[in-house]
Amino acid sequence: MAETGRVSAARALPRWASPVTLVRVALVLAVLVIWEAVAASGLLYRDVVPRLGVIATAVRDLLASSDYYWNLGVTGSEVGAGLLIGGVSGLVVGLVLGANRLASRAFEAYLYYLGPTPKIIFFPVMIMWFGVGPGSKVAMGALSCFFPIALSTASGMRQIDKVLIRVGRSFRLSAWQMATKIYLPAMRHPVINGVRLGLGVAIIGTLLAETRLSNRGIGFLIIQAYGVFDMPRMYAMLIVLFVLAIALNAAVGRLGGLHTIRGS
Amino acid sequence: MTAAVVRDRVVPLTLSLGSLVLVIVAVELLIRVGLINRYIVPMPSQIAASFGRVITEEDIAGRFRLTFFEAFTAGLMITGVGISIGLLLYRVALLRLATETWVAAFASAPTVLLYPLFLVIFGRSALTIIMMGFVAGLPPVILKTIEGLSGTRRVLIDVGRSLKLTPRQQFTKILLPAALPTICVGVRLGLIFTLINVVGVEFLINFGGLGQLISDLAERYDLPGTYAAICFVILVSVVFFMITERIERWLRPVE
Repeated sequence: MAETGRVSAARALPRWASPVTLVRVALVLAVLVIWEAVAASGLLYRDVVPRLGVIATAVRDLLASSDYYWNLGVTGSEVGAGLLIGGVSGLVVGLVLGANRLASRAFEAYLYYLGPTPKIIFFPVMIMWFGVGPGSKVAMGALSCFFPIALSTASGMRQIDKVLIRVGRSFRLSAWQMATKIYLPAMRHPVINGVRLGLGVAIIGTLLAETRLSNRGIGFLIIQAYGVFDMPRMYAMLIVLFVLAIALNAAVGRLGGLHTIRGS
Repeated sequence: MTAAVVRDRVVPLTLSLGSLVLVIVAVELLIRVGLINRYIVPMPSQIAASFGRVITEEDIAGRFRLTFFEAFTAGLMITGVGISIGLLLYRVALLRLATETWVAAFASAPTVLLYPLFLVIFGRSALTIIMMGFVAGLPPVILKTIEGLSGTRRVLIDVGRSLKLTPRQQFTKILLPAALPTICVGVRLGLIFTLINVVGVEFLINFGGLGQLISDLAERYDLPGTYAAICFVILVSVVFFMITERIERWLRPVE
């Protein structure tokens, strides 16, 4: 009865007034107040912790700057190209490893153990192979996202219900029909999960490469702001970048219907 | 040796190692005949020969110790802080509901890009590298601690209550042992993220141990040395990954 009462009371509250929302608002406010107090106190070096108003102004200026959108476009195209190259090759390798037991036993360990290595250490090699321009950044993005997508695809391929495969074969589907009607729809969740993971690491790989050696892109803008000690602009770029990365990650998950399998 | 062992182990291992050797030999030959530019890709024999030079002349032991120290310190921090925060969120349900999605979002955020900010705050020092490793490795420890504690079987908690255990005893005798395997998965993931970030930031800020070695050698255009150093870092990462995997398996309860 008590449980029912609590549930009814919770239902009666509007969403914005739920205890969870109130705690979230309180936490955000607490962080902002502490930040402002530290900024005003002068305990840290000037500008290391700028006032909130200064950061808000920097965010506004950043979002109003056409230069920022041009650089965002550069980074976006590099990440997109990297994801396309790394994603397609990861998908193909994953399908081969998932479909062939011997290939999986022989080669999947390489992917499994190379996957968690820090990819940025390959950047000097990528510069030698693809030059200092966008090619090396695209290559970093592709290299970063290849491993999670290949491993997720291989794992997804092995998890396909054998009944579905037998149904496809009993209908005498061609290899292309098997791939488009059985394999890919059945593997949608692991593949999208792999793409989501791959997108995150492709963004990181590309941006880190831009911070190291580039004259364009968001990574370059961040390291440029560091170089001239423009801290409000650096905070603004990091805030916008984090919001974009998290939103993009959530959007890919939602597009792939990952939110629908939580409860299952 | 049974047929199953040959089929499941010997054949895949032979194919795996054989293919690796074949690729190395093919690259060596392609470079020797000039189909691959030797000023872009050094010959595998040159890379193998430069291992000794890199180990002795570049103080690889000292660099390894420094990277290990940074990763170990960050690892201790993520374990202590991550488990404490996870425990707090488990105990205070409202706080968990309010912040768990934030922690998950933070785990997917490109935190390594905070390194210029950390350079300003902590300076170009080992502290920046340790703090970057800490920030990157913290979310999985928190999330897995909550998952492990929440997944404790109800019957175990009820047994503890029926024995009138104190909250401290309930935690040390029931909750912690039951959640330990899942917490260890989180610590392992956290350590992997920490190591990736430690080496990555060493490379990016050109300071510290193994990451800086690659950056140094690349700037000197020592191609075989750069490739050898990359191989060494990969080897260290793989060994580290295998050891943590073994520990995790050892702690996992028998099904």
